[in-house]
Order: sequence, then C-alpha cells, then structure tokens
Amino acid sequence: MTSESKPYSGEQRDGAPLPAGGPNPPRAPEPGSVAAPVGESLARDAWRRLSQNRAAMASLGLLIAIIVVCIVGPWLLPWGLAEVDWNAFGTGPTLEGAHYLGTDANGRDLLTRVLYGGRVSLSVALVASFVSLVIGVLYGAISGYLGGRVDNYMMRFVDIMYSLPFMFLVILLMVVFGRNIFLIYAAIGAVEWLDMARIVRGQTLALKRREFIEAAHALGVRDTKIVTRHLIPNAIGPVIIYVTLTVPKVILLESFLSFLGLGVQEPLTSWGVLISEGVDMMESAPWMLLVPSFFLAATLFCLNFLGDGLRDALDPRTR
Amino acid sequence: MLIYTLKRLLQAIPTLLIVITISFFLMRVAPGGPFDGERQLPPEIEANLMAAYHLDEPLPMQYLRYMGNLLQGDFGPSFKYKDFSVTELIMQGFPVSLEIGGLAILLALIIGLPLGIAAAIKRNSTVDYLVMGTALTGIAVPNFVIAPIFALVFGVLLGWLPAGGWNGGALPNLVLPVVALSIQQIAYIARMMRASMIEVLGSHFIRTARAKGLNEGEVIWRHAIRPALLPVMSYLGPAIAGIITGSVVIEQIFGIPGIGRYFVQGALNRDYTLVMGTVVFYGVLIVLMNLIVDLLYSALDPQIRYDD
Amino acid sequence: MISKPYSKISRHLLATLGGITLTAFAIPAQAFSVNIANGAEPGTLDPQKTSGTWETRITRALFEGLVTYAKDGSLVPGLADRWEVGDDGKTYTFHLRDAEWSDGEPITAEDAVFALRRVLDPAIANQNANLYYPIVNARAINAGDKSADALGVEAVDSHTLRIRLTQPTAWFLQALAMTEAAPLPEHAIADAAGWVQPGNTVSSGAFTLSEWQPQSRIVVEKNSHFHAADSVAVDKVTFYPIDDAGSALNRFRTGEMDIAYSSVPSSRFAWARENLGDALRVGPLTAEYFYMFNLHDGQPLADKHVREALNLAVRRDVITDQILGQGQTPSFWYVPRNTDNAPQGELDFADMPMDQRMARARELMQEAGYGPNHPLHLRLNYNTLEDHKKIAVAVAAMWKPLGVEVELINSEAAVHYATIREGNFEVARYGMVATINDPFDFLNAYADNGSASRSSGYHDATYDALVAESTGELDAEKRRQLMTRAQQRLLDDYALLPLYDYVSVHLVSPDLQGWESNPMDVHPLRYLQEREQ
Repeated sequence: MTSESKPYSGEQRDGAPLPAGGPNPPRAPEPGSVAAPVGESLARDAWRRLSQNRAAMASLGLLIAIIVVCIVGPWLLPWGLAEVDWNAFGTGPTLEGAHYLGTDANGRDLLTRVLYGGRVSLSVALVASFVSLVIGVLYGAISGYLGGRVDNYMMRFVDIMYSLPFMFLVILLMVVFGRNIFLIYAAIGAVEWLDMARIVRGQTLALKRREFIEAAHALGVRDTKIVTRHLIPNAIGPVIIYVTLTVPKVILLESFLSFLGLGVQEPLTSWGVLISEGVDMMESAPWMLLVPSFFLAATLFCLNFLGDGLRDALDPRTR
Repeated sequence: MLIYTLKRLLQAIPTLLIVITISFFLMRVAPGGPFDGERQLPPEIEANLMAAYHLDEPLPMQYLRYMGNLLQGDFGPSFKYKDFSVTELIMQGFPVSLEIGGLAILLALIIGLPLGIAAAIKRNSTVDYLVMGTALTGIAVPNFVIAPIFALVFGVLLGWLPAGGWNGGALPNLVLPVVALSIQQIAYIARMMRASMIEVLGSHFIRTARAKGLNEGEVIWRHAIRPALLPVMSYLGPAIAGIITGSVVIEQIFGIPGIGRYFVQGALNRDYTLVMGTVVFYGVLIVLMNLIVDLLYSALDPQIRYDD
Repeated sequence: MISKPYSKISRHLLATLGGITLTAFAIPAQAFSVNIANGAEPGTLDPQKTSGTWETRITRALFEGLVTYAKDGSLVPGLADRWEVGDDGKTYTFHLRDAEWSDGEPITAEDAVFALRRVLDPAIANQNANLYYPIVNARAINAGDKSADALGVEAVDSHTLRIRLTQPTAWFLQALAMTEAAPLPEHAIADAAGWVQPGNTVSSGAFTLSEWQPQSRIVVEKNSHFHAADSVAVDKVTFYPIDDAGSALNRFRTGEMDIAYSSVPSSRFAWARENLGDALRVGPLTAEYFYMFNLHDGQPLADKHVREALNLAVRRDVITDQILGQGQTPSFWYVPRNTDNAPQGELDFADMPMDQRMARARELMQEAGYGPNHPLHLRLNYNTLEDHKKIAVAVAAMWKPLGVEVELINSEAAVHYATIREGNFEVARYGMVATINDPFDFLNAYADNGSASRSSGYHDATYDALVAESTGELDAEKRRQLMTRAQQRLLDDYALLPLYDYVSVHLVSPDLQGWESNPMDVHPLRYLQEREQ
C-alpha cells in the first residue's frame, strides 16, 4: 500500500491554509469516503444550517460590507489612486484636503489607496483561487477518472511539484515573466492547484465506482461528458469548502510577495504592499500600518470563519 | 517495513532528478545573472568572471557538469558567498533552522491541539468562538507584521528580550522568533484538530462507544483523540519541512543565521549553485518527512500496514 | 521614545557572550570592544574578490595598503612610509616601512608585486581591475593575453617597489589605496586553499580575523604585529550581518550595537532625527542618483527636446526635501560636488523659476511632436527598494503635466541591471558610487566603451577626447577645467537626468570618538576611541 491511498475513513479536510512564506503547501488529505451528491435540497439544507451559525453569518455580512466599500468607495472619494497632493506628504489623518486617513510618503490619499488596494487583493484572491480551482478540478477529475497508469503518472507529477520549494517557484515565475497583476493571478493559481487536484481525484476515485456513473457508462455516454456532467458536480461539496480555505491563503501569499518586493506594479497597490510600507513607519505613523492591516485581518478573519461554517454546514456527517 | 522504506527512498530518486532538472533550467531562463549589480562591469572583467564560474559554456554542458559534481556530493561553491561551499552554508544553517522550526512546531502542538479539542467538544459555544477567534488572529496577521512588532515591543521598548541576533542559540534569543513563527502554526493546528475532532466525534464508532455507556471524558480521551490526530500528522511532515526552509521573514527580521533566506536571496541574486543546493536539500527533506509521517501513521492507525 | 540610554560600549553584552562564543581567545576584562551592524553578509573576505562596502569595511581592517585612508577619508602613508613619482608621472617608487604580517613574517616589496599580479589575474576576476590598467601590460594580462610576469611592477629590493605606468594617471594613488591593491601574504595564500578563514589568514592591518560564522557574525581582534599597534585602542570588533535596516536600528537602540551602517531609511529618518540625537550621522558621499536615458536610435529619448523637457519638469528639491528629507543635495550636475577635483558647471536651467521651466518643457514637447492627443508613453525602470519606488512615483507625477504617461517597472536588482546592460529600457534609475575619490569613475562611464555609454548609447568624440586628456593631465586646475568641459557636454546634451548627490546615513554611539563622516565613507577602526566619561 502506498501513501497515495490511505484507507483512513473519514474526510480529512484539513483546515490548514499554507503558512505565508512556507515553500510548500501541506499534502492534501485523501478523502476515502464521499459526501452524498449535492442536490437542490441539500444546498438549501446547508444554507439553513449555515444561517444558524452566528459567527459565520456575521463574517459573511462583514465580508460583503468590505467588498462593497472597496468597489464603491473610490468613486465617492475626492482623490485618485495616483493623484499627488503636493501640499501633504506623509500627513496624519486630517479633514483638511479630505485625507481622512492621511497620506502616504508620496502625498497620495491613504484611504483611497487602501480601497483600491482592497480591489487588487480581493481580485487576486478570487481570480487566483479560481485558476487553482479550474486546474485542480480538471486535473484531479481526469486523473481519478482515467485511473491506472495515467493516474499514476499524473499523481507522480503532482508529487514532483510538491517537492519543489514553492516560494522559489513563484519568485522565478515573477522574475521570468516580469511582474504584473495577471501574472500574480496565474503564478499563485499555478502553485495552489495541487491540493485541489488531490482532493478531487480522491472524490472521483470513490465516485466512479458508484452506480450512476456505471450506468452512464453502460449507456455509452462519452468520457468527457461523464467527467464534466457527473463527476465534477458531485465532488462540489468538498471543493467549495476547499476554495474557502484557498482564498485567505492566496491573500496572504500576495501580501508576502509584496513584502519581498514582488507585488503589483505602481501605481497599483494592494493591502500587502500597503502593509509592508506601513511596517517601516510603525512608530512614527502607525495609521499607515493599522488601516491596511485592519482590512486584511478582518477579511481573513471572516473568510476563515465562513469557511469553517461552510464545512460544518456541508458535511453530511456533522448534521 | 524496511523494504517499504527502501522502496520509497528508491522511488524518490527519479522525482528528485526531475526536480533538479526543472529548477536548473528555470533558474537559467530567468533574466539577469549573478554578476549583474550596481557596478556595471567592463566587458573583459565580466568575461573573466563568466569563465571563472564556467558560465561561458553552453547550458547543456553546464548542466552535465553540475550533475556530475552533484553525484560526487559536491554542490559547488556559492556565487555570492565565495569563501564557502554550498554544502558548508547549508550545514551551518540547517541546525539553526531545525532548532527554531522544531521548537515552533512543538510549541504550536502544545498550544494548538488542546485548543482545537476544546473547541470541538464545545462546538458553536462561546468557548468555541473565543478559541477559534483567537487562533484566527494568528492567521489573519501576516508574520512580517507580527515579527517587527514583537521585536519593537518586547525587544526595544520593554527590553525584556534581545531584539534580534542568534548568539549561538542562547535561550533569550530564541523566544521571540520561535513564538512569532509558531503563532500561525498554532492557528492551523487548532483549526485542523477542531475539524477532525468534530468528524471523529460524529462517527459510528464513537456513537457505539457512547452507546456502550462509556463516559464522555473516556470516549474523547481513549477513542477520539487518536484517530483525530491523523490529519494533523499528515500536515506536520510538510509543515516541518516548510517551516524549516521557509521562515525567511523571521530569519531576516530577527537576524537568525538559518537556511530560509538562502531560498529567497539565492533566487533573487541568481546564486545558481546556492539555489540548486537548497532546492535539492528541500526535496530530500520533504521526501524524508513524508516517509516519516507515513511510518508514524501506521504506528497510530492499526488499520494500515505497509508490507508490500 | 528610547527605552534605554546607550549602554557603555557593550561591555555587559560581551560578558554574556563570553561564555557562549566558540572562540578560544581570552579577552581581558577591560577590553574595548565594538559591535557593528554591518548590513549584508560578506560574500568574501578575500580583498581582491569583494564587491561592496559591507565587505571592504572588514577587509580594510585586515589589510593595509601601501597608501591608505585617514579617518577623514584623505590619503595617508600605509605600508609605504614614503614614495616618489617620476617627472614624467609614469614611474612610482614606494619605500616600504619595516612591518610584519600577523604571523611575524616581514612584509616585503615582493608581497606587493604578488598582490598586483594577482589582482589582474583573469582567474581572480577582480571587479575593479580596470583601475590598474594604467600599469604597463596590465590590460593584456587581465585579458589573458600576457603572463603575469610582464606586469610593470618590480621589487627593486625587499623594501622598494617600482611601478611603471603607460601614461600619467592623476588618480593612480587613489587606486592603490583600495584594499584590492594591498600587499598580500604570498606565503599564507600559497599554503592554504581557504586562506581567508579564521586560523588560516594572515593580515597586515590593525586587526586579524578570529571568527567567522556565516550570517551570524565576524570577529576581528587587534593585531599586535600591526606597524602602529600602539595607537590602536580597540581590542575587538564584531561585525553583525544585519540586512534588515529596521532590525539593525532596533539593536542599536537597545545598546547592543555601537555602530549601525545605513540603518535609517528615509521612512524612519524624521523619527530618528527626533529621537536619536547625536547618534545620527549624516555625511556627504561621492555617489550620484540619476535616471539614465536610452539614447539609441529609434528610442523616444533619442530626441534631445524630450530629454530637455523631462529634465526641466523634475523638481529635485521636492524629492530631496519632501520625499527623502535626509539632507541630500538636489543636483543639476553629474559628478557629485563633494568628490575631490569635482568639475564645475550645471544644467543650464538650474536658476530658472519653476513656472518658466514648465512652460519651456511644454514647448519642447510640442516641438518634439507630443501633445494632449499624442502623449508620450515612457517606461521607467527601478530596482526594488522603497526609496526608489517613492522617487519614481514622484517623478512620474511631475512628468504628467507634460502629457507623459509613465509605466513604472519595478524589478529586483539582478533583472534591473541586466535590463540596463542590455539597453532594454527607456528611463532607468541608476546609482553611481565612486570606487575612488575622483571624478574618473563617473566621467569614464559615459566615455567610449564605458558602462553607461554602452547601455545608454551616448557617444560623443569630443567628450571622449576631453575625458582621455583629463586622465593624463597632472596639473589639478587644468585637469578640473578639462573635466568641467567634458561634463558640460554631457549636461548640454541632457544625456541623463541627475537627481541628487547621495548622503551617507549611519548611527554611531555618542560614546565613540574617532569616527568621522567623509565623502569616501571610510571609517578606519584603528582610530576609534572610547569617549572619556
């Protein structure tokens, strides 16, 4: 028996986002048994249970609020992203000149930049998670569905990727292709899909032995159709849970890249960039650290609580 | 068992070979070289440097040369740290990283596991929210914020502990970096333990145990914790490898002479040999860690036998 | 906000360290020891392989040149106590004093010959070897075309060294003051492979190397064989490689460090000025911060109108005062003003009021064919550092009124300098730091086949001729005039965009005496004294 299929029964969905800066994500656990197919009623059922979870609901509310503020806020503020107030370099919060949270060392309005930075951080989180989702789900489903030698090779490739220090990979990707926001999406997505692939493969392995898949086979449905129509939809529960864990991971990763100076290009900014600028000023201008940190921490907090809540709500055995 | 171990180690060889090859060529595709710096060198001097490090040879030739040396256990001299071989650098940095990382994981287990268990037992109660809320703070604040705050508050303003430095691994110098490094791990471990405890507590055999009339404390202590530890175990292997090699931020901010910074700085400086050395080292480390975890697994879970 | 007063020169720390150090060297109880936050981990301590100040600060303590620096950065006799220069300016004769290596062997003229041959050996690949090209046959040897014995350097006797140059060279003594040219212990290097390791190394300077733990610390101790050992007060210096400026600042504040080099970035400078008082030492530096323009054919900046307009629109005082605020001098010239023999002259608009400059700049842009409907798109490259980013952002905002749309490109040093080397840029941030206290480095970079000339595509035969002529001119005033004319050609062409003359910003405990700011930023440890209490 190899480590590829541990027979521990029970879904080991870890709650463990990657430590920022850790060069490698934890190996994804191998689900041995499978959640029941998520149908219409199950989704409603899950929502009901989620809505009873006060922490998760509060998190959901705050998260929506943050997203709305980041999207709408910049339109309501008088200053632009790259607009310099030549009379105010590095001032503290003041009503004069409408710098409610002060300006940065370049005389740009901090609140405006925090909100724009939020757009970037959140979009990185969403897009990179989506990229990892697409790659991971397809890869995992194909590997698990085809099985045999193909599965073996595909999973061996995942092993190889795991043995590459992940930070090194991202740095090289950023260096080779120059840095822009699309590359950050892709680079993070490209290293975050491994866990997802393993989870989906495990689900698929278990699912494909079940009656409705075999029935589809017997009816002559094509492989691609079976994978996209039957396997992926049925593995959706664990996948959703894993995505909620990936999103905060990705936000932290982006901030870590920013700390290394590998973040988005000026004049764009992100919470990670703003925080690493603020760390230097922590004693003389604490608000420059506190404001973006608050937004980042609140978002991560909410995402994690929401993730835990979703896990509880979607897992059939914890009913 | 022994045969299984050997087999796993043999399987690792092709994996490592591919990892080395990918890294070697990826590194060389990156623009900029080890001698690109503020001082632009006159062509003849740059030619001397390139020749001294065999960088003037065709790439495949360099690859073969590197692999040949590697087979003899020679990682070559570092481009940046010219007076030391890569082996020396790794061997000097590894014990330091191991100490810091090991202690951090240990601390995280000591604090994180009980927190996770408590939260699982009192699920959706105030205790649960409080514990998980506190744990989540660890995840929600990046360590490049926590570490400088620790250094400033406890090192400079309060003066309780050294603000940085290694000092041969003296205890006072260890405290801040280890705590800063473990905060995130505490959070991960607590969450993971809570999740797997909840699952185990809902499983059939726990219900059976309860039905048999065992009291709750006994059920948890005797039957639930051990299986619930398994996912934490499988997380630990890679986590240890990661924390040892990946504590770049902590090492930089506290001035710890570990190997974490070699990954990032080696890559940024195009110190080809140093990066390759750390990549190989990391690859071996992760293979070993996963093997150890799997062997421990079989010890913890009697259902698993590795006898093929 | 400082929680503790500066401790006395870290004696308490030394006491705690003593029990744990790996060294077997016993330090007397009253030893005077100094702890230095030294920036990055040295790549090497071989004085001929170094590439930065964090290395030469250590090698300079270990190896004494024939000539060397005083605490104010001026040249003073080192291992040679006197020298003569031939009338033609091409022959230098050095008379070595009676001095010993730290192992008791005499330091001879042969050691000096050995060192100069070695620095030009292609296998050593010394980065400053071009500074020794004036020596007869040096260039050919460095290119591998001639053998090392052909070098125009000979030991007349054990204490007399003669160096022959191909042409008179005004700055040649400066080149000899670099640790690269310091005599080396042939007997020690021949014996040991890793000769710059504690235990193997033999030194001629005021200190010897006693401990080196990579990424942790380097310890040097007083060399009792040093020719002026009696005047050296410091017993032991520990260099800590602390590459994080914030961390270095913290450890200076706790009193652990007595000197912290370059540990106050602009973001903390205002705070430091208020809270650290006398410890903050700001000094001039022979280094220039400028934007390099790409003048190659087909580039937007091949058009002189555009280069002039971009120069006009940049308010250098805003950058030095508002953004950096560390006392940098806004510069309208290329060679930093505090360099010895610095040329005079400046950009022609230096005294023009800002609104006139902007009006002129707009006209020029129009003449060049750019306007509101046809904006100029420019790429501006800088390497990853907070201050570079701030400056680039500010400059982009200053160019905006001209209708210039700037794309900021941040990349790490290796990529940034490779981009410049390959000429694959439009505007690029550049910091030129003098290796010797002379305009030569700066002017030569834009001369034929100089690094900046190759990257930027600047070619001007008159400029090249002026620079070449100035190098051979030994009369200081005539030489300065030649260099002034050369620089003016560069400035009148707007071949680059100078921003400011650098300053050095260090932290030095007020308990230390004998540490002086100087344009070369050299601070010989042999002059450090404990302040009388």
